Amino acid sequence: MNESLPTRRLVRRLLFVVVAMFGFGFALVPIYDVMCQAFGINGKTAGAYSGAQTADEARQVRVQFLATNAAGMIWEFQPLADQLEVNPGASREMRFVAYNPTDKPMIAQAIPSVSPARAAAYFHKTECFCFTQQVLQPGERIEMPVRFIVDRDLPADVRHLTLAYTLFDITSRQPPVAVHDAALAKERLQ
Amino acid sequence: MSAVIDDHGHAGHDHHHGPAKGLSRWLLTTNHKDIGSMYLWFSFCAFLLGGSMAMVIRAELFQPGLQIVQPEFFNQMTTMHGLIMVFGAVMPAFVGLANWMIPLMIGAPDMALPRMNNFSFWLLPAAFGLLVSTLFMEGGGPNFGWTFYAPLSTTYAPESVTFFIFAIHLMGISSIMGAINVIATILNLRAPGMTLMKMPLFVWTWLITAFLLIAVMPVLAGVVTMMLMDIHFGTSFFSAAGGGDPVLFQHVFWFFGHPEVYIMILPAFGAVSSIIPAFSRKPLFGYTSMVYATGAIAFLSFIVWSHHMFTVGIPVTGELFFMYATMLIAVPTGVKVFNWVSTMWRGSLTFEAPMLFAVAFVILFTIGGFSGLMLAIAPADFQYHDTYFVVAHFHYVLVPGAIFGIFASAYFWLPKWTGHMYDETLARLHFWLSFVGMNLAFFPMHFVGLAGMPRRIPDYNMMFANFNMVSSIGAFLFGATQLLFLFIVIKCIRGGAPAPAKPWDGAEGLEWSVPSPAPYHTFQVPPDMSEVHEHRKGTGGELTP
Amino acid sequence: MSRHPRAWMGLGLLAFFGQAQAAWDVNMRSGVTEVSRSVFDLHMTIFWICVIIGVLVFGVMIWSMIAHRRSRRRESANFHENTRVEVLWTLIPLLILIGMAVPATRTLLHIYDASESDVDVQITGYQWKWHYKYLGEDVEFFSNLTTPREQINNQSPKGEHYLLEVDQPLVIPAGAKVRFLITAADVIHSWWVPDLAVKKDAIPGFINESWTRVEEPGLYRGQCTELCGKDHGFMPVVVEVKSQEDFAAWLGEKKAEAAKLAELTGKDWTLEELVERGEKVYQANCASCHQPTGEGLPPMFPALKGSAIATGEVDGHIGIVVNGKPGTAMAAFGKQLSEVDLAAVITYERNAWGNDKGDMVTPKDVLDFKQAEEATQ
Repeated sequence: MNESLPTRRLVRRLLFVVVAMFGFGFALVPIYDVMCQAFGINGKTAGAYSGAQTADEARQVRVQFLATNAAGMIWEFQPLADQLEVNPGASREMRFVAYNPTDKPMIAQAIPSVSPARAAAYFHKTECFCFTQQVLQPGERIEMPVRFIVDRDLPADVRHLTLAYTLFDITSRQPPVAVHDAALAKERLQ
Repeated sequence: MSAVIDDHGHAGHDHHHGPAKGLSRWLLTTNHKDIGSMYLWFSFCAFLLGGSMAMVIRAELFQPGLQIVQPEFFNQMTTMHGLIMVFGAVMPAFVGLANWMIPLMIGAPDMALPRMNNFSFWLLPAAFGLLVSTLFMEGGGPNFGWTFYAPLSTTYAPESVTFFIFAIHLMGISSIMGAINVIATILNLRAPGMTLMKMPLFVWTWLITAFLLIAVMPVLAGVVTMMLMDIHFGTSFFSAAGGGDPVLFQHVFWFFGHPEVYIMILPAFGAVSSIIPAFSRKPLFGYTSMVYATGAIAFLSFIVWSHHMFTVGIPVTGELFFMYATMLIAVPTGVKVFNWVSTMWRGSLTFEAPMLFAVAFVILFTIGGFSGLMLAIAPADFQYHDTYFVVAHFHYVLVPGAIFGIFASAYFWLPKWTGHMYDETLARLHFWLSFVGMNLAFFPMHFVGLAGMPRRIPDYNMMFANFNMVSSIGAFLFGATQLLFLFIVIKCIRGGAPAPAKPWDGAEGLEWSVPSPAPYHTFQVPPDMSEVHEHRKGTGGELTP
Repeated sequence: MSRHPRAWMGLGLLAFFGQAQAAWDVNMRSGVTEVSRSVFDLHMTIFWICVIIGVLVFGVMIWSMIAHRRSRRRESANFHENTRVEVLWTLIPLLILIGMAVPATRTLLHIYDASESDVDVQITGYQWKWHYKYLGEDVEFFSNLTTPREQINNQSPKGEHYLLEVDQPLVIPAGAKVRFLITAADVIHSWWVPDLAVKKDAIPGFINESWTRVEEPGLYRGQCTELCGKDHGFMPVVVEVKSQEDFAAWLGEKKAEAAKLAELTGKDWTLEELVERGEKVYQANCASCHQPTGEGLPPMFPALKGSAIATGEVDGHIGIVVNGKPGTAMAAFGKQLSEVDLAAVITYERNAWGNDKGDMVTPKDVLDFKQAEEATQ
């Protein structure tokens, strides 16, 4: 029994829909990222700051800093201060301390998240240790900076922002050779 | 109209050959009735297997404390129960009904793609063999819930997760092929004059279901592929450590998951829309609005997914949008319920087993709809979410919804399939025991959920003890009763009063114009339907001689 | 099956007949906060709307099932559509829904109100316990289930707060707005206290926010509500609300405790003292995986009884407890437990279940180990 021509044409179209929807599933990944940026979903922060660079002296916002270790992460990791009073529009800096107590070089990645979510879109990092992976030698202790600007357009009822970092151990995600190389490269830099 | 009858059933002897003999009949068959029967039997086996897992769960929850299984295995049971019931019992049962009934209802000789039909069925035993075998692997089977949220199902999953992913892929391919087949059959093989608005609602709801399947099963395949890549190829779709996001998993999963819920209920809507008019001896009320309501439900199912995720912390605007959209679903669903009630109104009602199941379907599904409406209210959902209230809700829409819909269909069409009448007394007993057992099992779950019992826990505080014991007793009753169904079906296949071509005097539709049991080949010469009025204009009853 | 079938059957009967009426609770509690009461009112409003619609629809249906039986009516009517009725029953539900949406929206906006708070607590979900950290106060602790294994395994009668009791509850002041910053360290958890109507998912890598203001002191219990693995059912949430003064006193005590712990590290410990303390630490932190018997649940959770690590070199044993074992479920307890507790639990593991090493690991040993690790470059 051979399928008729219209049936074959229909099946082809339906298969096209199937392939397109499979692709759509993957397309949801970038779409989701765009939605996150736009709405601050999961506290994902906004991109570059385009507002006025002058500080709004009349207004102060409290920015809290949190540091959390993901499961299995042994480093010490904390901000130098728990919070800062910040004028919107002004560029500020906070430093986080990280310390690798083990006898092996390790690589970590910090993931930032801002709460409340609707304020995340008004939080701009200009420099951050979370932009790159951090390599620490055995026993090494470093201070890592984050520079940020709170948008002057931050809704008036938000007086409180929390910037949280979760530190993940990604050493095992890299081949051992890469870890070694990264550690060596860093040593040479110093 | 007499021309309609003459053309089928016994015509075209030269094309006819009966089924092949022995095992090869089933392995190689391309006959829609054989494949339909295989789907139905497969689904019933999966139903018993998934059901026995539910019995393990209810036995453990019979009392507080750990008695029978350890938490690790308990989680595997809840996961496998969900997966097997959704993908193994409910979906294949509807595909089986579609295989059997759609060609008979639209006057087609077979499905449009018979060889693909065979292949899509035989993928299922392979997929489920693989899935069930994970239970015997080192580290155990899937233990992360049927919703398999990352990272519990990726970074923290047992080794067997790879087999689970592969099994989901196979089921997905099978469902997609089945859906393509249904669409091709309905769009291309209708008898001359069978316009879309003359089709029975079962065909309509299946057409819409098939489009839902084609739209969302690939997304499910996509999400498990992403999991596979995260686990084995070092990507970070769902891992925050690599710049991914575990919440993304939930968005993609529920983009599939919510339409999936309607995939499991729409065909039941269609079957019930044939059964209620038959036993009310009155045409279906509001045929056209039924079609539009089904379409509206299918459309809305794509824009409500985040109501499963009200507590993950989506922005308030998103929360409001998904709340309003979800509440809107109540409108077309309400239209359907009102139509069924109006169909019964001033009819001439009898309550044979199919009608009993159909009436229980309407009432109990509506109760599930009410709790669904409550769950749609985001602030209240903060209290309901992931508690037994949710478990009660979805079992109310799936057991008396999908499963009772399947039972009603089975009893309604068993005479057509077997050529014998089933045992009405036993069937009514099956109904009443199922009805009592099901309500006893699931109604108290509303109470423990509201009182604060989370779902997916193997042990609980004493304050939930009483209703859990009641639930377990109900579940055991419901479970044991299904063996009676098996007995009734076997009894009906082996003998019983011979069934006439149309055993239900109020029934409508082309399937009743062929003899019972339906011959191996039907409608080799298509019936001419051009004289028959469309539902919206006609008065019904004309589709049958 | 249970090792004590008769005991648990007896308990079951007791559960059925001897329970307080709370065991027959059928409804949500109205809770102890303004938010929880408005959520409860919303719940009841929608419930009654559903009941009324249900009574009407099912009433018509059941009337028809009785009055329009074939034995009463041989002939059925033949109507099958009525545009006016169909439009009506589309529009009326729409209006009812709008009526429901208004109070729901109001409550939701109130819950999402992010204005200034008095106390901020970071809540972190771990497999399978909660960690609380008071921001700006240098007070943090884990909150573990304290229900004994014997109760779970039906070897002893269950207490009133079975599975809903912890060693250290989250303590918050009454009348103050407390902000919760919720996250997780491993998988997704969900922090729920029904009486507070606060339920928020704890997502690894991301932070979620919620808040509460409880008027009256009291103890409020809840559970994790997102499947998070084996012991998902065994990680309760307990919140103790204290008056402002008591809260301040408690916070002071907590800070003093930290100082005392430092002192304990320098104390001279005996083997018996360490084993005794170690057993408690073991039950709270280790027993769910390695089992109270030390036999573990192979292959996921290996046995400690007679294991190479627990009966081998001391440094190796300290190392694995402090640093964990990457790639397995074994967590690094170095930062979760104090030196005293680490020393106690290691000593216990080396001297329990027939692991009769007879040696003793002191808090100082653990401290030395940690410092030696730091010194190794």
